[in-house]
Amino acid sequence: MLSRLVLRAAPAALRALPPPVAVGVLHTTRPLHTTQQSLAPVPPLPEKGGEVRHGFIPEEFFQFLYPKTGVTGPYMLGTGLLLYLLSKEIYVVNHETAAAACILAVIVYGIKKFGPDVAAFADKLNEEKVSAAQAMKDETMRALQTAIEEEKKEQWRVEGRTYLFDAKRNNIAMLLETNYRERLMMVYNEVKKRLDYQVALQALKRQKEQDHMIQWVEKNVIQSITPQQQKESIAKCILDLKALSKSAHAAV
Amino acid sequence: GPLSERPLMEVRLGELHTWISTCDFSPQGLLGAVQRAWSSYCAKYIHVKQGGPAGISMLLAGYCLLSYGWNYQHFKRHRWRKYH
Repeated sequence: MLSRLVLRAAPAALRALPPPVAVGVLHTTRPLHTTQQSLAPVPPLPEKGGEVRHGFIPEEFFQFLYPKTGVTGPYMLGTGLLLYLLSKEIYVVNHETAAAACILAVIVYGIKKFGPDVAAFADKLNEEKVSAAQAMKDETMRALQTAIEEEKKEQWRVEGRTYLFDAKRNNIAMLLETNYRERLMMVYNEVKKRLDYQVALQALKRQKEQDHMIQWVEKNVIQSITPQQQKESIAKCILDLKALSKSAHAAV
Repeated sequence: GPLSERPLMEVRLGELHTWISTCDFSPQGLLGAVQRAWSSYCAKYIHVKQGGPAGISMLLAGYCLLSYGWNYQHFKRHRWRKYH
């Protein structure tokens, strides 16, 4: 009980301090859920209540009288008190006494007979509530645990950032290289095309000049062959042919 | 601890007088005392996991005694004997 008083006094004491100090003190005196001193989990109810004898006299009374009067002291006190009240008629016996006696008997009989069953039923209800709450708590704990593991995994993944960026950098370098080489190729092709054109142009020109010159020479030569020269050449050819045929005839 | 801070059960008979003198008898003080007594009684006998008949039966017994005391003048008229 005193621990509960301490627990109730702690927030008031913390509030009395100025806010920054209170925050600092809060951080140092309230490690969350790690020691017994934390405020958050409320201490559980005690298992059993105060000891009571005969249903309504607290045990402390008997303990209080025990050093001086022993075990029978309180009973003697009770008997003497009862007899005194009855004899002096400070307690008057009337119809209500009979009624009270009957009611008391019935109540005591009921409690003795049905008490344990009712207690077990109430305990079962409590147990169900507590287990439901506990299950919820376990569920949230498990969910949070998996969340923590996921987070750690994400943190581990972050370490792979460098590799990712290296790969990306390599990709980009490759792209740039490819582009550069393509352009180089294009430049080379274009230049080659222009140079080929010039070469083809020159070749064509020379070809044309050659053809033209050959034609011109042939034309001039044919023109220069006079009819008289033609006759002479034909006669020479016939003579040559005759000579050839004679030699061939001879060979055969 | 100091005398004024102790609860009544831990005060000895000889110190009772001084203890009463340190009591706060203003309305707030009395109200506070009543509240403290009630909450300590509840914490001890009622807000437990396995309470028995003790919690309520003490309250009922106290109620019976109080009501008998309030109606004593009426009961005195129904005495059986004149001289005791």
